[in-house]
Amino acid sequence: MILNASGCLDALTAPDVARQLDAFVTKTVTPLPREGNAPERIAETEAGMLNSIGLANPGIDRFLDDVLPRLLELGVPVWVSVGGFSAGEYGDLCARLDTTDAAVLELNLSCPNVAEPEDEATAIVAAARASTSKPLYAKLSPALPDLPAVALAAAEAGADGLSLVNTIRGLALDPRTLRPRLATVTGGLSGPALRPVALAAVHACYRATGLPMVGMGGVETGAHALELIAVGASAVALGTVLFADPGAPARIRSELEAEAAARGLADPAAAHGIAAAGVASSADALSKRTGRVGLKV
Amino acid sequence: MSPARLSVAGVEPVGPYALVRLRRGDVDPGIPGQFFMLRTRATLLPRPMSLCLAPPGELGFLVDPIGPGTRALAELERGEEVDVLGPLGNGFRLDVERPLLVGGGIGVAPFPYLSEHLGGPPAILGFRSALHAEAAALVPNAEIVLEPTYVTERLEAGFDVLACGPEPMLEAVGRLVPEAQLAWEAPMACGYGACYGCVVEIDGRLARLCVEGPVLGGHVRGQTPAVAEGAVA
Repeated sequence: MILNASGCLDALTAPDVARQLDAFVTKTVTPLPREGNAPERIAETEAGMLNSIGLANPGIDRFLDDVLPRLLELGVPVWVSVGGFSAGEYGDLCARLDTTDAAVLELNLSCPNVAEPEDEATAIVAAARASTSKPLYAKLSPALPDLPAVALAAAEAGADGLSLVNTIRGLALDPRTLRPRLATVTGGLSGPALRPVALAAVHACYRATGLPMVGMGGVETGAHALELIAVGASAVALGTVLFADPGAPARIRSELEAEAAARGLADPAAAHGIAAAGVASSADALSKRTGRVGLKV
Repeated sequence: MSPARLSVAGVEPVGPYALVRLRRGDVDPGIPGQFFMLRTRATLLPRPMSLCLAPPGELGFLVDPIGPGTRALAELERGEEVDVLGPLGNGFRLDVERPLLVGGGIGVAPFPYLSEHLGGPPAILGFRSALHAEAAALVPNAEIVLEPTYVTERLEAGFDVLACGPEPMLEAVGRLVPEAQLAWEAPMACGYGACYGCVVEIDGRLARLCVEGPVLGGHVRGQTPAVAEGAVA
């Protein structure tokens, strides 16, 4: 299953790209409209790129009235990424999306003012869980000091899956002026530099939770996608590669099939988790902590 | 929607610039002022380039080698391959009665192809040096001005102005000729509306230049907002 990473594709501007995907993930929707950050917003680095877009989006009202209906007409399942600045805001956003035809809600837990990630993640996921019966995926930052603990906390609070990873903070200077290239000074690093970070994060969180996972970070080829599946991803999302190659979803899907076949695997899913031997099942992992079996609260 | 892989027919110096000629294949050259995303193997991201020339079977791009991406393009060898996506964005409106091309520096890049479509209209082209002004040889009927003279000093009334050049030049032209068609540029990662990196202020709001431009006419293009504190303008 191949998706786009949130914020890396506008399906209404490029519907032909979106239709190559198994599901389209929206840019993060917030309670109020956000114009985003001032330019410069992007800078290429040696092995990746920085972006500082600033969650530009029309806000939930216009998203529901104008954007989502048009996205649903594309005929591709729509995952809606939501972001707020408190657990209550996440809960409100999820409640309003609960009655729509969105397939999955992705909680962007990488907002700038999430001060205490583990506690905050628990509160946000719990608020979202109480507001919707839709599948909930928690998108986490790989920069968290104890990412598997946060992943487990999200799972215990009712997340059905995880999206790993968001970008990590970076800074690039203009070589001539020695001043920051981005207007916001720092931005999120994506692209090939993020690939080993993503593999480590998915591997650790798969071992910790066993939850379904969308793996992303620097995927450029089918071989890269297969590696994420091998460490536990059940789906793979494409980000920066879409900028250089809008045909990447179809290309990578085809390469992925070939890479699996070249290793004697029946299909790419046969590689699932083989690099994370000894993984605990989700029920095992969760029941140790909660005494429950299963994921939903 | 995938980039076409085109081979390099040749790269020729034009003053300090490089004219990169690609074998066109079945890629449509588009409308003058539209752009293409060009990527060599040297960079992760492609670079936006407006089409300079479209001789039979070729696409020509005038490149100013100022950074890693543009240097890699300028240093291509015949037979090497480039990924090309386009044409993209909105080009110039060509239904003009008395066209006048006004350009500065590498901003003259789209003018040879534009001039061909408009039947060789007059052009006023400004450059910082005689070396840079060698690019004017690609544009028919061009009057050249060198700094410290500016193109705006030579503008006359009664023309339909089509302009491309550095932001201060475009802002000055826009003040003198509010209905001028101005071709802007901004850093772009994708060129097709995906990355939201190329926003500029248009009519008081931030909008993606790749989708709404790069040629804007009859719109108010805001000043580029202040850059990071302590940054050099």
